[in-house]
Amino acid sequence: MESMHYESPATVAEAVRLLSDAPPGSARVLAGGTDLLVQMRIGRIDPALIVDVKRIPETRGVAVRDGALVIGASLETMTLRRAPDLEKNFPGLAEAAALIGSDQIQGRASLGGNLCNASPAADTVPALIVLGAQAEIAGPEGTRRVPVAEFVTGPGSTVLGRGEFLVSLHVPLPAPRSADAYLRLIPRTEMDIAVVGSAVSVTLDAGGTCTAARVVLGAVAPTAIEVPEAAAALIGSTLDDAALGRAGQAATAACNPINDMRGTVEYRRKVAAVLTRRAAAKAAERAAGRN
Amino acid sequence: MSDERKYRWVGTRPIRHDGVDKVTGRANFGADFSLPGMLHGKVLRSPHAHARIVSIDVAPALALEGVKVAITGADMPDIASEMGTAGEGQVDYAEVSRNVMAREKALYDGHPVAAVAATTSEIAEEALSRIVVEYEVLPHVLTVDEAMAPGAPILHDHLRTAGLDPVPDEPTNVAQRIEIGRGDLAAGFAEADEIVEHEFTTQMVHQGYIEPHAVVARSGEDDQSVVWCCTQGPFTVRAMCAKLLGLDVSKIKVIPSEIGGGFGGKTTVYVEPLAVLLSRKAGRPVKIVMSRQEVFRGSGPASGTRIRVKLGAKADGRLTAAEAWLAYEAGAFKGSPVVAGAMCMFAPYAVENVKIEGYDVVVNKPKVNAYRAPGAPPAAFAAESALDELARKLGMDPVELRLVNAVKEGSQAIYGPKFRAIGMVETLQAAREHPHLKAKLGPNQGRGIATGFWFNAGMQSSASVSLNEDGTATVVSGCPDIGGSRTSLALMAAEELGIDVQKVRPVVADTETIGYNDATGGSRVTFATGMAVIESARDVVRQLRERAASIWGVELEQVEWNDGQALPINGADEGELEPLSIGTLARRAARTGGPISASTSLTARGAGPSFATHICDVEVDPETGVVQVVRYTAIQDAGKAVHPGYVEGQYQGGAAQGIGWALNEEYVYDEKGVLQNPGFLDYRMPVASDLPMIDTVIVEVPNPTHPYGVRGVGETPIIPPLAAVANAVRDATGVRFGDLPMSPPTVLARLDAR
Repeated sequence: MESMHYESPATVAEAVRLLSDAPPGSARVLAGGTDLLVQMRIGRIDPALIVDVKRIPETRGVAVRDGALVIGASLETMTLRRAPDLEKNFPGLAEAAALIGSDQIQGRASLGGNLCNASPAADTVPALIVLGAQAEIAGPEGTRRVPVAEFVTGPGSTVLGRGEFLVSLHVPLPAPRSADAYLRLIPRTEMDIAVVGSAVSVTLDAGGTCTAARVVLGAVAPTAIEVPEAAAALIGSTLDDAALGRAGQAATAACNPINDMRGTVEYRRKVAAVLTRRAAAKAAERAAGRN
Repeated sequence: MSDERKYRWVGTRPIRHDGVDKVTGRANFGADFSLPGMLHGKVLRSPHAHARIVSIDVAPALALEGVKVAITGADMPDIASEMGTAGEGQVDYAEVSRNVMAREKALYDGHPVAAVAATTSEIAEEALSRIVVEYEVLPHVLTVDEAMAPGAPILHDHLRTAGLDPVPDEPTNVAQRIEIGRGDLAAGFAEADEIVEHEFTTQMVHQGYIEPHAVVARSGEDDQSVVWCCTQGPFTVRAMCAKLLGLDVSKIKVIPSEIGGGFGGKTTVYVEPLAVLLSRKAGRPVKIVMSRQEVFRGSGPASGTRIRVKLGAKADGRLTAAEAWLAYEAGAFKGSPVVAGAMCMFAPYAVENVKIEGYDVVVNKPKVNAYRAPGAPPAAFAAESALDELARKLGMDPVELRLVNAVKEGSQAIYGPKFRAIGMVETLQAAREHPHLKAKLGPNQGRGIATGFWFNAGMQSSASVSLNEDGTATVVSGCPDIGGSRTSLALMAAEELGIDVQKVRPVVADTETIGYNDATGGSRVTFATGMAVIESARDVVRQLRERAASIWGVELEQVEWNDGQALPINGADEGELEPLSIGTLARRAARTGGPISASTSLTARGAGPSFATHICDVEVDPETGVVQVVRYTAIQDAGKAVHPGYVEGQYQGGAAQGIGWALNEEYVYDEKGVLQNPGFLDYRMPVASDLPMIDTVIVEVPNPTHPYGVRGVGETPIIPPLAAVANAVRDATGVRFGDLPMSPPTVLARLDAR
């Protein structure tokens, strides 16, 4: 029942100062709050300082800069989804972003928050990783870039050090004849947490042969996991059924899931293959339709 | 009865009187109420499924600044066993008392063991963490199988199995055995050409009302307590608070707020008596608002069940025998709705040889409470799934099989009485003629049908109709409006008075403003309270005719009431008399005899049962086990639909809840008996995108005992969906699912094992 302090700095430097000055573990960064406030309400966390980063211009907005889409870490997904060409360039990321919560939640929830919450089941994290996205982090030593693939270190933990916070996400614009897709399994159609998630990106040559691919699974291990064996099964193929099947098998083999009330280990392994196969086929279809 | 009657208002679809305030967020619900000087109450709940309470020390909590009072089981009066009414069922007040606050033992995860009131809710929360409870954890039982097993841990040392002769003098978890039936079962099965036998289980589910229980209680020096709360039964809350605290009923006044859903779950008390006791001790108002987690852990869900069904039929489909065995979880105290389940399961069918055996079993889970047609959905799931298998064995269309056996007027119901006019056959015929039944199915799709029956309740109601001085009217009842009943009552008053329904103001009153009303439940308000409104309105019309007669100097018989005005008839119309409108008569009331109003109190009898037939199409993803309902049609007899829009809403809402029960909803406990999913994330009710638009057909076979032919409609629609979905999944996959819910992992495991 300690009192809680709220700050809403307007600059990156001020936010870094506030976070650096707070005793270790006592400060939390607030973007949309759709995870943070829930965790506070159920008593899981009891921060002494809340640093709201939504007034900092660098965490807002979405724009193309230097060959990449730069997404402010606190930008709400509803606004992100309306960004020009998001769905055209990154259909998989767009569908992952659209899956987070209800319309009301979408008005607050951000990709930055989804990443920093570090849930194994986060929908946008696999979608960001297959696109080779980078996280820009501000801290006492200045800014640094970390691949999103390396950002989450375990359930609820990240590479963010003391005084650091996530400023933006940088997603390289796709090569020609490339596309991505994200699928998740939930028992309902909305308002749920992934039992399994699978993101796939592919690049095709003019003949329809896959020249590059990435496959990342969510909710089947302590963090989102990249499955190079599944990507290898796709690369060099025309993404025929046999190749998709092999990619699915690789996904099953890579799973390290838990049994819980949302799904059994066996169920998650099976569904990882199904979703990977379907996501790869969907990405391939999208890529083939592009020049 | 008035089959030919033409209605002006009944059967129309006006916007509900309370609608605008609700959709704009202005309506006041349970948690919206506050008083000056109010304290905030919080309840400490057992973290154990079954534990002896060795000691409770509230002193550390009371030492915290801002904490004003704390109570435990020791502060609750010990009251004798006494049965009372709650919703449609009976409860023992002594057990209600022990459910709202544990005594020697905590009997489930979430069972209250202490409560505090403090100046802020944060301080109250902190106070809870300072209460020291020493528990001796005991072994627990969670299912009927565990609870009925020899040597099972016993919840109540004094409990004996009622319904056995002689009653064995051994502690047990089986509170009651019941048996109903008729005919010669063995002969019936011997006569059968085909026999099916199946076993089913369903899990504990929650009503899932959006509004958590909330109460403010204020107690004065005069020993009176006023209770503001969200409830289906303000008079039930009054009775229970009085009984539990050893007070006269007149010492408690209950003012019901708007209610954000109940479905039977708000027909008893949880935090209300605690708030009253805390407020009486503190001398200040006390507010308690349950959290969602508390609602799941500590309110009254519906029973998990195990049911076995055996059916025999001739080759032409005629049922020769029906046998069932049902065991229902009661939760921590006796009183599951197994009796209703047993009475309902074969009620739609005229079968002569029947035996149904039912068991009411206590387990270390929350005490169950009413949930929409309490007891019937699991029983009908079993019966209607077995019938589906029987139809397959016989090679018969499932609608035809049901038509061959359907009860009709004059059929002797398995549970006793002879049916008067009923609509079972009519709903089946409507299903047979519906385009849904003929529509083509796509790949991985299947279709199922199932029927449902519910008794409907009458019970006690009071209502008044007052004419205002400008010719508008006020209708007062004591039944909280959970399904549009306010506007339905206004429609009936408008019909009788002959005025626009928007000129009728329907009001839900407190317990001191209107005569006694049983709770809103049992699908009874539009039927029973509606009768009280109609009687009152007719009394007002008689008074209006009397006033007109006296103004005109004619006899009462020479005045007709038509379309909101008095008309001279029977010779009086030969003169120069101009019609007198309701407005004119209202304005002149002071000089013609005073205010015009009437009130009626009654026990409504003859609530006609309502039958339904549902058609469900599903698509099953064979690789993930996800079942998607792609088309759904709910067909049901309403007798007479007073407000067809609300009737359709009841059909759709019941279907949605039944689909949730079938597919994903369940209480999940860990091995220690602790509830794992006390929230809407992992307690998966369907969301809007999970369901197709649910199509409805209102069948109208008038109920002969109601002036307009009305039947209750609220409960029947939750009964058929469980089997309708399961039968559709069977059709799509070839696999019979006897265990609910059919969640994706369960479905995939069974499909892969094919």
